[in-house]
Amino acid sequence: MKKNYIKTLAITGLTILAMSSLAGCAGKTAETKASDTATTAGSKTDTTAAESTTAKGAASGDLKGSISMVGSTSMEKFATALSEVFMEKNPSVTVQAEFVGSGAGIEAVGNGSADIGNSSRNLKDEEKAKGINENIVAIDGIAVVTDTKNTVGNLTKDQLISVYGGTVNNWKDLGGSDQPIVVIGRESGSGTRTAFEELLKLEDKCKYSNELDSTGAVMAKVASTPGSIGYVSLDVLDDTVKTFKLENTEPTPENIKAGSYFLSRPFVMATKGEISAQNDMVKALFDFIYSDEGKELVKSVGLIPAN
Amino acid sequence: MQPKTYSIFSGHGSKSGIERAAEVIFTICGFFAVLAVASISLYMLISGTPALFKVGILDILFGSTWMPTAASPSFGILYVILTSIIGTAMAILIGVPVGVMTAVFLAEVAPPKLTKIVRPAVELLAGIPSVIYGLLGILVLNPLMYKLELKIFAGSTTHQFTGGANLISAVLVLSLMILPTVINISETALRSVPQHLRSASLALGGTQIQTIFHVVIPAAKSGIVTAVVLGTGRAIGEAMAISLVSGSSVNIPLPFNSVRFLTTAIVSEMSYSSGLHKQVLFTIGLILFAFIMIINISLNNILKKGDAQHD
Repeated sequence: MKKNYIKTLAITGLTILAMSSLAGCAGKTAETKASDTATTAGSKTDTTAAESTTAKGAASGDLKGSISMVGSTSMEKFATALSEVFMEKNPSVTVQAEFVGSGAGIEAVGNGSADIGNSSRNLKDEEKAKGINENIVAIDGIAVVTDTKNTVGNLTKDQLISVYGGTVNNWKDLGGSDQPIVVIGRESGSGTRTAFEELLKLEDKCKYSNELDSTGAVMAKVASTPGSIGYVSLDVLDDTVKTFKLENTEPTPENIKAGSYFLSRPFVMATKGEISAQNDMVKALFDFIYSDEGKELVKSVGLIPAN
Repeated sequence: MQPKTYSIFSGHGSKSGIERAAEVIFTICGFFAVLAVASISLYMLISGTPALFKVGILDILFGSTWMPTAASPSFGILYVILTSIIGTAMAILIGVPVGVMTAVFLAEVAPPKLTKIVRPAVELLAGIPSVIYGLLGILVLNPLMYKLELKIFAGSTTHQFTGGANLISAVLVLSLMILPTVINISETALRSVPQHLRSASLALGGTQIQTIFHVVIPAAKSGIVTAVVLGTGRAIGEAMAISLVSGSSVNIPLPFNSVRFLTTAIVSEMSYSSGLHKQVLFTIGLILFAFIMIINISLNNILKKGDAQHD
């Protein structure tokens, strides 16, 4: 009896093993095929990418040395992404980036202690007078959104400041229906929050009722809460929320570039003198920023390419 | 069929080898946990204490302004600590009576057929990921709360409307989340009460309800206290669900205020923080760690006392 039992067990076990291995094989072949096609597709793009790099590499030669970059903390995300990609393309170049503030960055490039001064504002005339060149590399734009049923469609700068400063807390004061305003923002440390508060001169004075830790969370909360207001970067806007016009201007890339939408700021990489007067490494860096690949990088960190 | 014979002496060498190897493996596994706890404690101490001294212990623990990125930053987390304490306490106040009553129902009152429906439901509740509680909170609870908020504070000019993301929402979600822990442990405790206690009470003329409240629950006291303490631990350590429903602004923990817990303070700001701000977040982690340690130690004491009583 016992032996029989063991036999049946062994046989069933074997069958199961055989079947599963067969099934596993079938699965595997399908997988390999899929991955094969993926690799071919991937290698194709790889070659084109490699071609373009060799073309560029030939132009700039074998660059060696380091670029120093000092300036705005708001540009940290962009500058870090830029230096990483640039160093990957030019392995013998190191980009050193320090984030101490726009003013300090421009000063550093002015007295020659840095190659590039990062600034998240336009240069002042006296700074330009020192021969510092304003190279706008990207534009940071912020959209203000509300739920789709809100009847208010336009806000002035003062109205926006009073809403986020906590002095106005009902839509009826802004020409809407009698409905309280739910003020939604981002957590401290967020780049969008920093930019928003700087542009409205409301640094650490905003009275938020919700501090959410991602753009997606802000979008979801605004979409689901009647009478809410929130701010997000431009690239995530969709139909679930209503976007405010600010001073009667839509937040489109065109309006932002034209400078008529006030909730935006340029990201400047200032140089002493024209770009053409810089060393080869800095020239190569700016060539990269203004190339199609550079524009993709700018978009990938939520910014608008400058040109 | 010939009976097979075994000798306990054959293969002695290989057997003792296996014994020894197993012993070594078990020891390594045992020390792995010790190592993990020790290194986590050490890491939290090392990364959490510097900020305490840089900012000042009193300024962190008893300061009420949280402005970590201002030009002159202040790192007061008094409201955050209070929120965690009050939120957890309220969740316990709501969750424990419901949980213990459910346990009584399952262990004492329910007919077997109903038990078969209720118990799997409770077990499923324990298995639901916390982010799902949070999603339900943000989609169902918050809009309801907002309606209530609009009614209560209609015409108020001083109240800041939060869209339903407030302390009550967080407490409700938390009390729902601790239910399975409280129910399961209390039920085990109630079931382990000897049958003769019940029989004695009933024989003396006590009704079933009198028996439950005056005999069974007091007898199962230490188990129920364990359930409460474990529930507290679960509530104070929860982050994901309440970060979605509590609004995450640092405020005095009043029912309709948007609040931030110790856990959500870490979760929401860790990604972009740097320098002293990040160190203070680690300090918050250290405080949370201390809370959980206190809860665990008190649990151990209760268990020890319970054992002493039984002996």
